[in-house]
Amino acid sequence: MALIINTQLRVLKDKLAQNIMRILTIFSILLVLIIGLSLYFKSVPILQHHSLWSLLSESSWRPFKGEFGFFPFIMGTLWVTGIAIVIATPLCLLAAIFLSEYAHPYMKRFVFPMIDILAGIPPVVYGVWGVLIVVPFISDKLAPHFVEYSAGYSVLAGGIVLAIMIIPLLISILVEIFAAIPKELRDASLSLGATNWQTIKFVILRKSLPGIIAALVLAISRAFGETIAVLMVCGNIPEAPKSIFSPGYPLPALIANNYGEMLSIPLYDSALMLAALILFVIILLFNTISRLILKRIERKFVL
Amino acid sequence: MRKFEEQLFKILMILATLVILSSLFLILFSIVKRGLPAMNWDMITKIPSGGFYIGKEGGLLNAIVGSIFIVIGSTFLGLLVSIPIVIYCNVYLPEKSILADITRLASDVLFGIPSIVYGAFGFTLMVFLGLKTSLLGGIIAVTFLIIPILIRSMDEVARLIPKDLKEATLSLGATRYEIIRVMLKQISPGITTAILLSIGRAIGDAASVLFTAGYTDSIPISLSQPAATLPLAIFFQLSSPIQAVQERAYAAALILTLIVLVLSLLARFYSRKFSKNKI
Repeated sequence: MALIINTQLRVLKDKLAQNIMRILTIFSILLVLIIGLSLYFKSVPILQHHSLWSLLSESSWRPFKGEFGFFPFIMGTLWVTGIAIVIATPLCLLAAIFLSEYAHPYMKRFVFPMIDILAGIPPVVYGVWGVLIVVPFISDKLAPHFVEYSAGYSVLAGGIVLAIMIIPLLISILVEIFAAIPKELRDASLSLGATNWQTIKFVILRKSLPGIIAALVLAISRAFGETIAVLMVCGNIPEAPKSIFSPGYPLPALIANNYGEMLSIPLYDSALMLAALILFVIILLFNTISRLILKRIERKFVL
Repeated sequence: MRKFEEQLFKILMILATLVILSSLFLILFSIVKRGLPAMNWDMITKIPSGGFYIGKEGGLLNAIVGSIFIVIGSTFLGLLVSIPIVIYCNVYLPEKSILADITRLASDVLFGIPSIVYGAFGFTLMVFLGLKTSLLGGIIAVTFLIIPILIRSMDEVARLIPKDLKEATLSLGATRYEIIRVMLKQISPGITTAILLSIGRAIGDAASVLFTAGYTDSIPISLSQPAATLPLAIFFQLSSPIQAVQERAYAAALILTLIVLVLSLLARFYSRKFSKNKI
């Protein structure tokens, strides 16, 4: 009798644990939906006053007068992200090829921890570095060659800082992608008399193109959402940037910079939540697509 | 010509690698160079006097303690949520389960969502619950931020455990609930690494605590008071026009960088050394 009760108790515990855990697991999946919906409901008030298209395309940002044009901020985000990708992509591709095809294992054991450390440095510290080094470099050394005056706080400064920030992510994914390519393909190409570089150019890069694109999309979505570091070096003037030396005001910086005053002006908090929603939707899309591509690559080659 | 191209690209690759590595050293060097002169005993033992933005005296104790509170609270809550999820996906669900795949995809996607969005979400949640900017609000927002990190890094270890172990335990008559203990012992190095990684993210993130934890000169003594944090100490004090206040920002940057460096080294050490329990 005691044994049966004991067994029933054990089964009961098992079932209870199962249900609690299932609820938590489903909650973690639904969290994506919950975040999206709560941001959406917060941004409904402004969407009732203005159409989404006019919000996105108008460029005057005067919350006191009820004018909320997101165009300058969207352009700021695009400029900063674009510059970051243009700088980071060639650097990361070259370095990742070097690390996976040429470098000695000793070298890898030295370089990968360094990249891990780079990945772990908090955004705000990157921002301090940007203020200390990148901004003065642009205003004193670089900008005088091209434009009459630049304070240094510019989309270029934001782009450089962001580029360094996405490098660890980009390199680690690229190295994984190159490692997933079967050794037989390399051997076949080399045995036909191709040089190392020809093998890389015609076999490895071509074979891993979908993966490279997925990695870039992931890096873009990371750069889109980066807030504090960019906020510290971009200048934050709500106008669409005209050149790489002019200041910009990316979307995340807009949200972060105005949190204090947003409750006193009508529709202001709703406008900022809409900015968060835009970021969320774009990043969600980019992330899901690139993760699915990367998963498929992993499965195709490894299993 | 072929040789030339080969050589050219090899040199470019080495240069690219060097540029990346030197940017790391440049960052560390400039933070240490600027932060070291600003460091003194008062920085880590005193709270700022006369307001953090204008007061010239005092240190960063408010931000250090605030950051520690937030990290402890959010790591605890995060583990409470993420360990059951990892266990459920690896013990209860079958090998090839769609639910487990969706959970992994969801945590990958959540990992990619920027901290400012978590901050905004945390803020709407707080408005909904009637909370003001407070330690509790900060803890909640940071918990959301680190849950995907915890799930991802623990799941990575849990997936590597051979399924024979699970089958052997089951065949001895154990329930799945009783396997959990065996499982936890197996993934304990993974849990340690996950905790270290998530602390590194939690302590360094500014955008998620900006709306939710606020900033204050004093040390919070209850969950409903606002709390200062190290990243915001850097962010706010660097923009001050007063030199002495800026010094505090540089000191905070040095402290934060050191903490993150130590955490990253520890994580590396643990993930390698303490995998002895593994079969």
